[in-house]
Amino acid sequence: MRLISKVGDWFEARLQIGKPIRDTMQHPVPRQTASWAYVFGSAALTVFILQIVTGILLALLYVPSASEAWNSLQILNHQVALGWFVRALHGWGSNFMLAIVLIHMAQVFLFGAYKFPRELTWIVGVLLLLFTLGMAFTGQVLRFDQDAYWGLGIGASISSRIPVLGPWIVNLLLGGPIIAGATLSRFFALHVFVIPGLLIAFVGVHLLLVLKLGINEWPMPGRIVRRATYMKEYHELVHKDGIPFVPGAIVKDIFFSGFVLLAIAVCAVYFGPFGPSGQPDPTIIQTVPRPDYFFLWLYAVLSLLPPSMETPALLIGPVIVLGVLLALPFFSGEGEKSWKRRPIAVLTILLVAVALGTFTHLAGYAPWSPVMDAWSGDPIPAQYLRGRTALERQGALVFQAKQCHNCHALGGSGGDRGPKLDQVAVELTEDQLIRQVIQGGGNMPAYGKNLSPAETTALVAFLETLHPAALAPARDASRAAQ
Amino acid sequence: MSLPERFSRRGMLAMLGIVFNGAVGVILAVPIVKYLLSPVLRARTTGYDSWLSLGPLAQFPEGETRLAAYRNPVSEPSDGETAKIPCWVRHVSGERFQVFAINCAHLGCPVRWFPQSGLFMCPCHGGVYYEDGSRASGPPERGLFEYQYKVEQGNLHIKAGKVPTTGSPTARLINISLGKPPCA
Repeated sequence: MRLISKVGDWFEARLQIGKPIRDTMQHPVPRQTASWAYVFGSAALTVFILQIVTGILLALLYVPSASEAWNSLQILNHQVALGWFVRALHGWGSNFMLAIVLIHMAQVFLFGAYKFPRELTWIVGVLLLLFTLGMAFTGQVLRFDQDAYWGLGIGASISSRIPVLGPWIVNLLLGGPIIAGATLSRFFALHVFVIPGLLIAFVGVHLLLVLKLGINEWPMPGRIVRRATYMKEYHELVHKDGIPFVPGAIVKDIFFSGFVLLAIAVCAVYFGPFGPSGQPDPTIIQTVPRPDYFFLWLYAVLSLLPPSMETPALLIGPVIVLGVLLALPFFSGEGEKSWKRRPIAVLTILLVAVALGTFTHLAGYAPWSPVMDAWSGDPIPAQYLRGRTALERQGALVFQAKQCHNCHALGGSGGDRGPKLDQVAVELTEDQLIRQVIQGGGNMPAYGKNLSPAETTALVAFLETLHPAALAPARDASRAAQ
Repeated sequence: MSLPERFSRRGMLAMLGIVFNGAVGVILAVPIVKYLLSPVLRARTTGYDSWLSLGPLAQFPEGETRLAAYRNPVSEPSDGETAKIPCWVRHVSGERFQVFAINCAHLGCPVRWFPQSGLFMCPCHGGVYYEDGSRASGPPERGLFEYQYKVEQGNLHIKAGKVPTTGSPTARLINISLGKPPCA
């Protein structure tokens, strides 16, 4: 023991950081901040450190070359001892980090932590969110599978819509005219050097600001923030009713970080690593590209926006959102902090959460996408064929062969792009069916050129049988007399 | 010494040092910025597009639409499989063709041809196109991108080399000529 303390003294005599570290650890914080609501920032930092460590471990074997990256991931998954586990830790760590960062953001927003004097802490936090999203997107690219390849194509398509500079930006983004080796190399540089460097620097500033300005006190309804008096009030609070950060407040942080790491490890073991999906060969077009979980909402938005609104929404939307987030502490820097007196803040969080949740849920089954193999993979349910005439069965054949099933569900299978057809005969008369099939409309392509009159007759005869036994098919009233 | 510090000999030297470093910084920055912009500058000097063969006409039966692939003219060994770019070739009749980019005009996903229904369908956001590439339904605002083509010595050639995107100047040109047979 004496040797250890002697060595410690030797270093301390030279470094002289013992006292600043002790002061930092024991700085007083308001008693009520030793709460489970305040654990998300430290948990985000813990997961970030996990990401750095697992990222370095992956970089030992990953090959950032368009011709080798996919193979090196296969080797990591299948040949290197526990390579799959490190990949899974990194992938699940990414999901957890984004989730925790978002929860942290919602918490500090609801607790009014962005108000005076912590405006800069909030702004740096917004930048950290952007960098975290940047890491998630570039990380998905490094997986360099089919999803990554076509995801890059979507990124290029969106960038190309920027007025005037669009085509240049596409070339800069891709590092050349197409998605290829140079693209992967530059996303590797972004994911491994540029954005982590920015993250480390800005996390440092973020933490420094928390230490300098003190952690946000627990908001009390009626305790109003005023620029003139806030600092004095905060110091009184901390000195009258404060506890040292270590060990008073850090216990819950430590436990929560431990739980989060454990949860990541459990997910990694149970669910395994993400992909890679098919190899990044663009000539393999039998693919259904999907973004990673945290970009699914964007995928849904891009599918559901009316075409005319899409480009403005894509180009102006992010600027507005970012502008509002950055400007928030300036137009709402004073006043009430408690969420109990800020109904609009609570509603905003609820609205954003419900919207993102709904879009993510929708993107899970993507009702706007045709099911590309339904026509060959999902047979027509037997009850729709039993006891039918030869013409009607021929119509069912036309229905399958012409890929109607890709967009229309029958008996719960098939696409959701168009309406379900189980009761279509109740909704449309024979003439209306013929018109809809031949001319299309309402987002349905016209099949006039690709159906012979005989095929149309058979198809409509089949569609006419699609009604519940208790409901008669729709009839044209003007023909009732015939 | 009554002069302010910045007029002193030491202050002037420090200023001079900063200016000197600034000048060196600019000298270094010019080539570095040029290096960073090389994907853009290269496009302006050499152009990315060039004429490529998709193979003999016999591969593309009249009246049918077939998947073809070419190797991108600007490619490196490290590009691996990504240098192979697919496209859809529709042999209309005689020497009339339509060569469509694989990329959906919405956000670039690979469209698939369904000969039975005569439609191109996109697996991402649900864009659908007719056999001539014109928009049928879904979010795309325009038809499929078309390559310029020519028939030479029994081979079908297309002008290709860039990923087609909605905002690119070529896409805008093609948009204008959409519906008319391309002049090649």
